[in-house]
Amino acid sequence: MAETTIKYTMMAGIFATSLGGAAWAGGPADDKLVIDDELEITTRVKAPEGHPLDEVISGWHYRTDETRALEADSFQNPGMLYVERGEEIWNTVEGDAGKSCASCHGDASESMKGLGAAYPKWDEKAGRPLNIELQINKCREDNMQAEPYKFDAADQKSLTTFIKHQSLGMPVRLDLSQGDMQAWWDKGKEVYYRRTGQLNMACANCHEDYNGNYIRADHLSQGNVNGFPTYRLKQSAMVSLHNRFRGCIRDTRAEFPAAFSDELMALEVYVTWRATGLSVETPAVRQ
Amino acid sequence: MTKGVLYSLAIATMALGGAATAETVAPEKVEIVDMEVTASLTGLPGDATVGRETFADRKKGNCLACHANADLADQLFHGEVGPELNGVADRWSAEQLRAIMVDSKQVFGEQTIMPGFYTMNVGVNVAEKHQGTTILSAQDVEDVVAYLMTLKEN
Ligand code: HEC
Ligand code: HEC
Repeated sequence: MAETTIKYTMMAGIFATSLGGAAWAGGPADDKLVIDDELEITTRVKAPEGHPLDEVISGWHYRTDETRALEADSFQNPGMLYVERGEEIWNTVEGDAGKSCASCHGDASESMKGLGAAYPKWDEKAGRPLNIELQINKCREDNMQAEPYKFDAADQKSLTTFIKHQSLGMPVRLDLSQGDMQAWWDKGKEVYYRRTGQLNMACANCHEDYNGNYIRADHLSQGNVNGFPTYRLKQSAMVSLHNRFRGCIRDTRAEFPAAFSDELMALEVYVTWRATGLSVETPAVRQ
Repeated sequence: MTKGVLYSLAIATMALGGAATAETVAPEKVEIVDMEVTASLTGLPGDATVGRETFADRKKGNCLACHANADLADQLFHGEVGPELNGVADRWSAEQLRAIMVDSKQVFGEQTIMPGFYTMNVGVNVAEKHQGTTILSAQDVEDVVAYLMTLKEN
């Protein structure tokens, strides 16, 4: 923060306290996430080296008691319906090759375990990182001879949710030594700190500088990705990560980049790294 | 009498004398010197009652997104990203408040999250429908400044 800004913030702080105004109870909730009373989820963890924050905190901590409770009970978590639907798709034959995902990968609880925690991954042939959605499309085209899913098609969201869910509770960890991953991380970082739109704001303004504070009715979190795709109560639907990115960018009154564009893929690489060490929560429940 | 009241009187007198010649200063032409914009952007005084609505309107100032304000206690959900604005007129003059509204970056520093409401100093990739426009009009700014000047505690 620039020195003048710090000065003003401090001044403002003093004024606010001397006025004794009733600020909302901000900050992350002091609580532990244990799913179905058996699976402990790491929702707070020491940040990796080079991270601007000391502690990485899941968005779960910034939600209401009711929303947090929904995620702790897999029977009540509405996102679990998408996991079930994803499992059906996993086992369904589609495309000219007459194959399903299961034809090549067998039991997802074994073959997909841990995978979702380590994506995006470098793809040598594509010369760029792929996220789960693009990896699914690659399999559909190359191995199943089926049409790739359109962005945010219902089946894309269900299958992605199902695959990520196989890593539930496992720590997010990217391998930045593959291919040019580091260069994509660098580009993603640039996007994260770049101010967009008429409101002239960057991701960092909301999620780094002011997490824990209310912006109107929204309690700002660190904007971590470990719960995606995420069930949003407001929309009564699963929301993909690139959809969320686009929504946040649109809110700055900017044009948003295409889903899976280089810009948003770089952002996914960088923001996923920022969540290093948090458990995969898919399907997380958010407001 | 506070500086603000004196100032509004001065503007009112000016307006009576020269309403016909009043001209709006374009956003690129507004000069912020020593954290102040000395003259009304439109040459006209602001209307505090209209300013109160502009302040709360989500499509206009949306100031409550970030600032709590006891005067608008009837509205739900006041944000806490910026300082509470109760008594803000005791802390800043109208000239300073106008500068903060026009381009907060020139008062608080480049790092501030607060948008500039009457400036072309904006982020990249501005959405088409907002290109070449400011968040608020010059008169909106004057109205909000007039409203902020009513927020006194002393
Ligand atoms: C104007 C403020 C603002 C800006 C700028 C902003 N966001 Fe957000 N973001 C929010 C709000 C509000 C939410 C919903 C509450 C929360 O989880 O923080 C949110 C949620 C998120 C989430 C979901 C977190 C979860 O736990 O489900 C992610 C991921 C995210 N933002 C990433 C970003 C990225 C990346 C950028 C920049 C491209 C960005 N945001 C810019 C306000 C903002
Ligand atoms: C996205 C957040 C945000 C929005 C929207 C916003 N502000 Fe601010 N404002 C801030 C922050 C943060 C500060 C404190 C300076 C800093 O730390 O950068 C501030 C400071 C101020 C101050 C100085 C307050 C003091 O007590 O020192 C005034 C006056 C002010 N804002 C008025 C407004 C008005 C009027 C609007 C709407 C037209 C508005 N702000 C919209 C974030 C915001």
